[in-house]
Amino acid sequence: MADEVILLDYWPSMFGMRTRVALEEKNIKFDYREQDLFNKSPILLEMNPVHKKIPVLIHNGKPVCESLIQVEYIDETWPGGNPFLPSDPYQRAQAKFWGDFIDKKVYGPTRLIWGAKGEEQEAGTKEFIEMLKMLESELGDKTYFGGETFGYVDIAMIGFYCWFDVLEKCGNFSIEAECPKLIAWAKRCMKRESVAKSLPDSNKITKFVPELKKKIGIE
Amino acid sequence: MAEKEEDVLLIGAWASPFSRRVEMALKLKGVPYDYSDEDYLVTKSPLLLQLNPIYKKVPVFVHKGKVLLESHLILEYIDQTWTRNPILPQDPYGKAMARFWAKFVDEQVTLIGFRSLVKSEEIDVAIKEAQELITYLEKEITGKMFFGGETIGFLDMVVGSMIPFCLVRGWEGMGIDMIPNEQFPELNRWIEKIKEIEIVRECIPNREKNIEHMMKIVGRIKAASKTA
Repeated sequence: MADEVILLDYWPSMFGMRTRVALEEKNIKFDYREQDLFNKSPILLEMNPVHKKIPVLIHNGKPVCESLIQVEYIDETWPGGNPFLPSDPYQRAQAKFWGDFIDKKVYGPTRLIWGAKGEEQEAGTKEFIEMLKMLESELGDKTYFGGETFGYVDIAMIGFYCWFDVLEKCGNFSIEAECPKLIAWAKRCMKRESVAKSLPDSNKITKFVPELKKKIGIE
Repeated sequence: MAEKEEDVLLIGAWASPFSRRVEMALKLKGVPYDYSDEDYLVTKSPLLLQLNPIYKKVPVFVHKGKVLLESHLILEYIDQTWTRNPILPQDPYGKAMARFWAKFVDEQVTLIGFRSLVKSEEIDVAIKEAQELITYLEKEITGKMFFGGETIGFLDMVVGSMIPFCLVRGWEGMGIDMIPNEQFPELNRWIEKIKEIEIVRECIPNREKNIEHMMKIVGRIKAASKTA
């Protein structure tokens, strides 16, 4: 029986990008359905009633919510090819720790950088750089976060890369100057077909952010 | 004392639902461990700060020198390392659901739950918000003995440590009946069921001490929001 895989997503979402990359990495055919978050569709509300958020992965009619949970689900359901997570329990926990760190510590400041002004924006910028440096330190001189193979933490972080341009413009700073190894890592990831297919162009995001701010009533 | 070959240390706090749930898993699997209690309302030990510099929180789990943080990750590590009495389902979808609900409890329910404890006005609104979230858990447990199915599992430990044996004590202290039987018959049935399990009973903080502790935390949060 052929698998039916649907992804409810929103093109600029760095979380949705994780799931796209994961599906592409495993060569899974999926039906991408763009969602209007300002006018939520019945299927979104039905499949994610708790949070009403994207991305939602629907596999043979059953929904899986939360991007990192989806990435792990994809890895466990379609185990062929490069595993995203190591098989060693300790290394798995390490990888998942950094995925969780990105959610808890990296995402929040980005909202302040593009969405706030003055002191709040500056604080967001400072915090963001600090968190990126921690990630860069974790990366070290490895090719990818997991070592030689592209994996879970890479997937968790790469979606932020297409947002770097607009963040730098809003916060008036250079990520490459602060974290050159991280930029080098991102460029390596962008060479992967799964990533190139799944991330929008930076300039699309940069043009989109002022429209987004108008829509949600900022500035 | 930990047997030499296991070499397990748990740095926890008697009132922390996050460290209590780790103890439940260790006891369920019969893993001996050393325990160090943090009096975190007073101070954080140098060892805690050294092993968890990013979050400075309990639990911190050390196994043969390997340091693990974040209670959900520790529970999964324990399940993969000591395989008797598994606590997560085998199938990927079951695992995804357990992980989803655990995140929901620790992020949404905890946040809204604490909000209902510290609000001085519009408490009714806060209570209603919290009950709306808890209704999802009522649905989840309906028709099941435990969240884990026939035996207790990962989600029972997460929900159990957080709701009946932490938040409920806070609500009791504030005179709030958050999960009345008429509205949440299945959840109440499940609470009675897990209380019957010895290893769960061993990991429940003393009720009076817990209420007192929760009131201290509420007091602190209220004081901090006044000076903010």
